[in-house]
Amino acid sequence: MRRLFDEELDELDNGFTEMGILVSNVVQQSVAAFIDHDREAAQTIIDHDHDINEREIQLETKSFEIIALYQPVTSDLREVVTILKAVSDLERAGDHARNIAHATIEVKGNTRVAEIETQLAEMGHLTTDMVKQAIQAYVDKDEEAAKALVTVNDQLVDYRDQIMRDSYREITTDADVVVAAMNYNNVAADLVRIADYLTNVGEWIVYLKTGQIVELKLMK
Amino acid sequence: MTKLLEIHDLHVYYGQKEALKGVDLSFDEGGITALIGPSGSSKSTYLRTLNRMNDLIPDVTITGTIKFRGQDIYAPQTDLVTLRKEIGMVFQQPNPFPFSIYDNVIFGLKLAGEKDHERLDQVVETSLKQAAVWDEVKDHLHESALSLSGGQQQRVCIARVLAVSPQIILLDEPTSALDPISSSQIEATLLKLRTDYTIITVTHNLQQASRISDRTAFFMDGEVIEVDDTKKIFMNPAHKQTEDYISGRFG
Repeated sequence: MRRLFDEELDELDNGFTEMGILVSNVVQQSVAAFIDHDREAAQTIIDHDHDINEREIQLETKSFEIIALYQPVTSDLREVVTILKAVSDLERAGDHARNIAHATIEVKGNTRVAEIETQLAEMGHLTTDMVKQAIQAYVDKDEEAAKALVTVNDQLVDYRDQIMRDSYREITTDADVVVAAMNYNNVAADLVRIADYLTNVGEWIVYLKTGQIVELKLMK
Repeated sequence: MTKLLEIHDLHVYYGQKEALKGVDLSFDEGGITALIGPSGSSKSTYLRTLNRMNDLIPDVTITGTIKFRGQDIYAPQTDLVTLRKEIGMVFQQPNPFPFSIYDNVIFGLKLAGEKDHERLDQVVETSLKQAAVWDEVKDHLHESALSLSGGQQQRVCIARVLAVSPQIILLDEPTSALDPISSSQIEATLLKLRTDYTIITVTHNLQQASRISDRTAFFMDGEVIEVDDTKKIFMNPAHKQTEDYISGRFG
């Protein structure tokens, strides 16, 4: 039997997927802008940050409405709760993409380190792919794919640590790279934070499927 | 440990029709168990079997065992009046007798031969207080129970059951004929009683089941599909049929 509730839930579900795609695109664009030293693209990302915030509020409002009007239980409740929790994670991931855009603007015109930027590009692509995988895992309601996200998270942490070491080394040899090196550190940290938030989304997908609240990082 | 009420392989037939198909669902002391399920799932049949209310139906056949404190309630020597004193029942429609509130509450005790007025007064007060209706009726005890509102009548009916000090209280959709405020008063009453009595209630109101019960049993087509802690049933039931029913996909 198709319920009125199913239509409301579909709308919420689609809204969440769209927000996921939006965040995924912004992460990709912020990484590309940083690598390409594209100040204009970075500014566009900053200017459109509120789009993601508005999406979050819309989806939260819709979730509250559904809870109040339909009083969902079992997997219905888990789906609404998953979205309610995961939209905050997506929104915060979006905030870190905006930070990367700010870094792009700050670094422009300063002495740079090509070797580190290459690493950041690799790290950026890995993060972008992970965001896409997380959104796909949500669309497919795929618990195993959700759990697999944590592996990428580990790789990104290794990248960040390497970038931090390299940045400090460069600073000690050439004081002119300070601004760039500090921003490399920040961008690497932002990418790891984005991955953390998407790992959280993965945890909510596991909850949606099983009803268990898990810490994927502790499950390894 | 012996269960307070132990039910094993319970079958009930109305003529040829098998209404209950081998139910095992037992009860420890205390707490509220909600029986839920679509209309015709035989949850009321099950409930009424627990104090032999189904005996009155012609053509009924009951097999399996129901033991109350280890004693088979369908054994020939079982005294029905005693059994129903121990296992009382409250029905869907409030059904006070056409007497005063006072006489309604003492009905069971009078039947048992109690004549001590002081004791009767005491029981009336205690029972009506337990049923959370004392403050509303204490100045009208000798007026007709039929003059009360539906919610008050139902609480007087609960007091009438409590007056004979039962072990188990069976309720068959006790609030379905009541408005939301009266329903919530009944719910509050049951929650207060759950420490001293074992309460088994049939309800179609799923939110009521989730609000007040400790344990929920889901009935379908004469079988218990699933019984578990109410939280588990409403958050993450083990069976798809339970999930589908609870989330309104059928029924």
